[in-house]
Amino acid sequence: MKVPFEKLDKAFENRLRLQIMSVLMVNDRYDFNSLKELLDTTDGNLASHLKGLEKEEYIVVHKAFLGRKPNTTYEATERGKAAFKQHLDALEKLIKQQKLT
Amino acid sequence: MKEKEIEDELVSIRSMMERSSKFISLSGLSGILAGVYALVGAGFAYDIIYNGIGDHQHSRNGHLFYIEETTLLSIALLVLLASLVTGYILTRNKAKRRNQPIWGNSSRALIFNMSVPLVAGGLLILTHIYRGHYGIVSPSCLIFYGLALVSASNFTFKDVRYLGMCEIVLGLIAACLPGYGLLFWAIGFGVLHIIYGSMMYFKYDR
Repeated sequence: MKVPFEKLDKAFENRLRLQIMSVLMVNDRYDFNSLKELLDTTDGNLASHLKGLEKEEYIVVHKAFLGRKPNTTYEATERGKAAFKQHLDALEKLIKQQKLT
Repeated sequence: MKEKEIEDELVSIRSMMERSSKFISLSGLSGILAGVYALVGAGFAYDIIYNGIGDHQHSRNGHLFYIEETTLLSIALLVLLASLVTGYILTRNKAKRRNQPIWGNSSRALIFNMSVPLVAGGLLILTHIYRGHYGIVSPSCLIFYGLALVSASNFTFKDVRYLGMCEIVLGLIAACLPGYGLLFWAIGFGVLHIIYGSMMYFKYDR
């Protein structure tokens, strides 16, 4: 039986990246601090994974200022959304196959 | 990947989608209490309107009626204030237990979407009271509150939508049956809140 591992996106192998993407699927934009609070992670860890997703062009970064404080928000790209959906489909297929065997 | 791992993955995706976009810390108990306050308030109002007039035959024309009107308005505001304070405290406690910030993106969206119909409706009702169109107060309260709930339901439990629909229907019925405003107000803000609050309490709080 062929397991569709190749369909699983390497970029989503990390749990945190998958969670970031989930948040951005249902919210137009989400800011760094709210993400940090929601995912309960550190600045460095979150920043490096956001960078990773940005490099894949799955998300875009919007930098702005709220008064004097920098306010960075993130948005999922069409490419990112499509990749996320495909990843979910692959997960679903995997489950179905394992249920059969 | 093992099946367990995949399922964990899916659970975490689902929970992130929900927690980031919906405020799921609303307390059911606060709904029940708000209903009780509303019933108590309606009881006092009934006493003032129906028993009060019996005692003062001339109350309709002039001074006494003015006092009556301010008392009714204060009762309504008191009920609103008590419900808001109770709701805030209980919701804050629940949010703490669920580790969800009480002032985050989702609660902000919830409050904003609720305020728009509420503020518009509230101002409209005040202008009607000012002009003496008392008959429209109770149906308008119910309808605008229902609209606020329907619009807020996108950012919290879906069940809130059904409560909103019920309030709107009740408001429309109240508009067709003048003279029963207080009764419908008591059903909408009292009885429905108690029913909805207990359902939510048993479904999510325990």
